[in-house]
Amino acid sequence: MQMPEPNPAILARKAEIVAALRAVLPGDAVIDAVSETRAYECDALAAYRCAPLAVVLPSSTEEVAAALRVCHAMGVPVVPRGSGTSLAGGAMPSADAVVLGVARMAEVLEVDYANRLIRVQAGRTNLSVTGAVESDGFFYAPDPSSQLACAIAGNVAMNSGGAHCLKYGVTTNNLLGVRMVLMDGTIVDLGGGHLDAGGLDLLGVVCGSEGQLGVVTEATLRILPKPEGARPVLMGFDRSEVAGECVSAIIKAGILPVAIEFMDRPCIRATEAFAKAGYPDCEALLIVEVEGSETEIAEQLAVIMAIARAHNPVELREAADEGQAKRIWLGRKSAFGAMGQINDYMCLDGTIPVSQLSYVLKRIGEMSRAVGLDVGNVFHAGDGNMHPLILYNANTPGDLERCEALGADILKLCVEVGGCLTGEHGVGIEKRDLMGVQFAPDDLDIQMAVKDVFDPAWLLNPAKVFPLASSAARRAA
Amino acid sequence: MNMEQVTDEAGLAALIASREAPLRIVGGGTRGMVAGNAEPLSVAGLTGVTLYEPGAMTLVVRAGTALAEVERVLDAEGQRLAFEPADWRGLLGTSGAPTIGGVVAGNISGPRRVAVGACRDFLLGVRFVDGRGRVIKNGGRVMKNVTGYDLVKLMAGSWGTLGVLTEVSFKVLAKPATEATLIRRGVTAAEGVAALTVGLGTPYDVTGAAWSGGAALLRIEGMAGSVTYRRDALARLLGAGWDAAEGADSAALWRDVRDVTPFAGRAGVVWRVSVKPTDGPRVLAALGDPEAVLDWGGGLCWLLMPEGADVRAALAPFGGHATRIRGHDPAPVFQPEPAPVAALSARLRAEFDPKGLFNPGLMT
Repeated sequence: MQMPEPNPAILARKAEIVAALRAVLPGDAVIDAVSETRAYECDALAAYRCAPLAVVLPSSTEEVAAALRVCHAMGVPVVPRGSGTSLAGGAMPSADAVVLGVARMAEVLEVDYANRLIRVQAGRTNLSVTGAVESDGFFYAPDPSSQLACAIAGNVAMNSGGAHCLKYGVTTNNLLGVRMVLMDGTIVDLGGGHLDAGGLDLLGVVCGSEGQLGVVTEATLRILPKPEGARPVLMGFDRSEVAGECVSAIIKAGILPVAIEFMDRPCIRATEAFAKAGYPDCEALLIVEVEGSETEIAEQLAVIMAIARAHNPVELREAADEGQAKRIWLGRKSAFGAMGQINDYMCLDGTIPVSQLSYVLKRIGEMSRAVGLDVGNVFHAGDGNMHPLILYNANTPGDLERCEALGADILKLCVEVGGCLTGEHGVGIEKRDLMGVQFAPDDLDIQMAVKDVFDPAWLLNPAKVFPLASSAARRAA
Repeated sequence: MNMEQVTDEAGLAALIASREAPLRIVGGGTRGMVAGNAEPLSVAGLTGVTLYEPGAMTLVVRAGTALAEVERVLDAEGQRLAFEPADWRGLLGTSGAPTIGGVVAGNISGPRRVAVGACRDFLLGVRFVDGRGRVIKNGGRVMKNVTGYDLVKLMAGSWGTLGVLTEVSFKVLAKPATEATLIRRGVTAAEGVAALTVGLGTPYDVTGAAWSGGAALLRIEGMAGSVTYRRDALARLLGAGWDAAEGADSAALWRDVRDVTPFAGRAGVVWRVSVKPTDGPRVLAALGDPEAVLDWGGGLCWLLMPEGADVRAALAPFGGHATRIRGHDPAPVFQPEPAPVAALSARLRAEFDPKGLFNPGLMT
């Protein structure tokens, strides 16, 4: 993984840049000591690290605008940061960049139950958005697995998903508006409490733009009334293609479960050893969860259980109570931790058409054996968003490189069968140089033209998303 | 006037690459929204379903395909476009067949938008020809995709001003077994929206919340037992005075809301106003309570106004926006944007359509 050489002229002006930032921000909002900037050297893609030139931690939209004006005037790149939980390196700095963290902006600004919305500062964590409204029976639907730590700013930047998006959609489907600061310090409001755009849907393109178009400081989010109840069933199958057929049959029957999760044998064995959830030792396991009142749950589960039985499951278990429901979810929720007990792992995020499930699993198995690295699969089967976990040993020379090469081949396979490189983690630096697999040069050029519009000097998070060779001329201009 | 016709993407790209004079992009020609007198370019020849996988809830279709054909194909598998695209032919007095590309270009979304999302939320991918004559693809055919910038949302609702759509892909959903609507007649807009707000704040999955003809309407859809349960639970919560319509009777009520049937064939200017739902009745009051249909829990206001009425001045205190859907009026068709946003939109148009070919002046 390559990053551009830091600009020596910027490195040489560090003192001047820091002084200019200090002149417009409170004293404790600017960090430049090398011992302290190191805390910002990476995000959750921890294999890659680089301490930034400086860090600013503004407390308001106006302070964000002031900091950006300084950096804009001095030609300094800016890397926006929410909570630093990106798995794609979206918040990884370069040595000549200022990290702009929004963690100090975490207030709830407005709760409006009648209009089913909440307005928050963008540094607020995902889970604490639900926390602000759940005592009144509401919740915020997108639930990335990092939701305890991840910030709404990062969710908007990456268009984050989660386990329940089959029914509720991802961030972009639950985002009504943002206040955003452009690189030149201009503050713009996009969207609001209304449900559609009056002109071009700029909000739609900002969501998922990986911090390259502006710094989001406030977000208006859709909140929903909590369902009356939810219940999972667990199904085990002796072949993964049968599990895939079962998923299709459930969807064709007109049932829209809130989640359909899939685990394969390597993953089941690892989680059983770790969490002892009582999963059957089988080739493929599905957890299907439905929501509603007792009547509605029973009505939906009757259909789902009948479909499952028709596919000859080796195990079929409906949760009879809260305790059993928790046990069904226990293994799934421990899967990543369990795999981490075995070895270091790299988590992929490609999406495939659901119809290609068994073919892709078969190919991943073959590729894994050819390279000699184990791969476990645990993912959101209803929407085809796969999370192959490649196990490797970071202390074995060459293992990381072999793992990355296998990862790239698996993602190419996802694109080949009609899917995409990333379903919910984002491109960042991790998949940047694979973009040419999914997109033709013209497809990338028009995306980069969108960045030209919002950030003509390419100062915001510049070395991300697009292959370095494709963006070189724009970054140098 | 001549009408340019294309039947394939490559031919369209070649035409646009060498084109210097502006074009008016036409699908079925049923949505109005015409600016100037540029030569029309029909894309109704780009037809056909490219891919349909009911078990993956995925449909890929060429942009000129008739909406009716798309609905027929989905219906055969018990599925549908969940965002409930409206038919504006009655409202606008147009004829022809609405196309799926026109639905996407206008982000045309019906009553179910309040619950499940708009056209843009179900749109998984697009192919289009930009103003340089390049064929561009964005998004794809899978439900979760954050690879690169989301130009899919940008194209939805851009009314043909950024490029000419050639192919669109959707997430589709199953048609529910049945539906029911609770009706309270003889209520004001304010009383109606208050009741809609109660319904939308429950866990009963209300999929339609409208006020039309002085009646508040709340729709429930799903499996039979579930619909009965939720209809009864909601009725208990709302109190006395509510009737229920079931099945086809319920569906007919929502077709009228979707297509704004009460305004069909009537004189006057039709405005479409989008605000925070609880502001709907306030906007009506500020305009002297004109004839109106409120959808989306109050957030979508269809207004029948006299020519020259300053809808946007009345709207200003509430935010949101107003679009003129039918009728002549000195005011711009689309809501003028604040200067920094207008500048971004203008620069995007210049990047996507540097020769100014596509529906020039329509959105500005």
